[in-house]
Amino acid sequence: MKKLINAPTSVVDEAVAGFAAAHPGLVTVSHDPTFIVRVDAPRQGKVGLVSGGGSGHEPLHGGFVGYGMLDAAVPGPVFTSPTPDPVLAATKAVDGGAGVLHIVKNYTGDVLNFETAAELADAEGIEVRSVVVNDDVAVKDSLYTAGRRGVAGTVLVEKIAGAAAERGDDLEAVASIATKVVERVRTMGVALTPCTVPHSGEPSFTLRDNEIEIGIGIHGEPGRERIPLEPADAIVDRLLGAILDDMPLAAGDRTLLMVNGMGGTPQVELYIVYRRAAEILAERGVEVTRSLVGNFVTSLEMQGASVTVLHLDDQLTELWDAPVQTAALRWGR
Amino acid sequence: MALDTAWATSWVTASAAVVAENRARLSSLDRDIGDGDHGENLDRGFSAVVAKLDGLADTATPADVLKLAATTLISTVGGASGPLLGTAYLRAGGAVAGQGTLDGAAIVAMLTAARDGIVHRGKAEPGDKTMIDAWTPAVDAAAQALADGAGETAILVAAADAAAVGAVATEPLVARKGRASYLGERAIGHRDPGAESSSLILRAAAVAAGG
Repeated sequence: MKKLINAPTSVVDEAVAGFAAAHPGLVTVSHDPTFIVRVDAPRQGKVGLVSGGGSGHEPLHGGFVGYGMLDAAVPGPVFTSPTPDPVLAATKAVDGGAGVLHIVKNYTGDVLNFETAAELADAEGIEVRSVVVNDDVAVKDSLYTAGRRGVAGTVLVEKIAGAAAERGDDLEAVASIATKVVERVRTMGVALTPCTVPHSGEPSFTLRDNEIEIGIGIHGEPGRERIPLEPADAIVDRLLGAILDDMPLAAGDRTLLMVNGMGGTPQVELYIVYRRAAEILAERGVEVTRSLVGNFVTSLEMQGASVTVLHLDDQLTELWDAPVQTAALRWGR
Repeated sequence: MALDTAWATSWVTASAAVVAENRARLSSLDRDIGDGDHGENLDRGFSAVVAKLDGLADTATPADVLKLAATTLISTVGGASGPLLGTAYLRAGGAVAGQGTLDGAAIVAMLTAARDGIVHRGKAEPGDKTMIDAWTPAVDAAAQALADGAGETAILVAAADAAAVGAVATEPLVARKGRASYLGERAIGHRDPGAESSSLILRAAAVAAGG
């Protein structure tokens, strides 16, 4: 294992300390329990947005704390959900009297810890609503699984719900807009290599040199199938095909197309993926009116990418375009 | 012999010991069908509980010990196991609140409440390949032992024996909850790490009672 770390046990604390030092105008960091909070929190009368989850997916979630997006992010250990107490502490820190929305990726650990925190917050008189993101079409959503995983689409939920909260929507409205994004966003990813969690020191799974995993999760969980490496266009056809099978789009529909890197794939490859994905949508007459390309929801140093399609309408477009000022997304301000 | 606060603290220390002893094995089971940190997470949690036992008042009841374990596990374990086991201990403590010693009926009520807490939090059913597959047979066996007139220690031994059988019986199952559910049929042949650790913890309860 070759990593730029001092010790596996200090990875999250040191990274969070560095993040705070790099972005003093945007965030402050609380230690013990650890959470990252917007520098001007709590904002009276504004719905607070809290997200979080295991570390190792940076810039998710800390990179999205700031004006027009999250009020706080709660980083757990690498690939492990934070416990309820830091989530509760973050919830209290951002409560400006208008309630708090938890944005939770659909993993059993995250859901259970955030649920427990929401119960504790409720007992302290803070109204909490939760929206669970489950955009990963690789997993069958049925009674027989824990349901679809929350992956790259989480960024779009956080941005759009954050804009709604920033303009003064109430908790009910912010939660309903977040839910609307969840209903209209789909993602599918691919891994070319595994990643290594610092405290384990072993790759999370093994792939042969010529092998890729279609439908990978952001912790290296298995997807739909392992196949021999193919040209980028053929892989993108598989990813977008799975998305469009699940969420049929008609000619004239407007979309946001996101290509997300898993951490170890260069931008030049991400744009090759974007090019083909945009081509397929254009062939179907689907309009791509907004785009996002880069590393936003990563899986440590994994090589791979995911494609995300959000079915836009006027309301979602307006909220996407609204000003945002965070470490990882910034425009209009 | 009714079980007192000393039994409850022994249960916690025996749980911590057996979890530490099996840390690598639990993480290895978890690596097969999950994310490979179950042993480390539980070890961190139970060590933290043991460290807090000294702070208990002399007048502490078994329920006080269980509540201390609950809040500590919730805030230190993480993953899915933290809130699940934490809720189990919280409900277990609630079921025997105010009792200085626990008789057989109280033991069965305590185990039942713990199991119901896990079900409430995790929404798993028997056969989903989760810790419930250890807890439910344990509760059933404890209730049967009580009905048969067994004493407290024999009730806990019956529960531990049934939990061990239940944990092994998760091996041929397809998981329907948690991260293992993403594997579909690939989970077949692997023992559920949560059922295995619950079986170890229930065995510790019997050992603490002299069983």
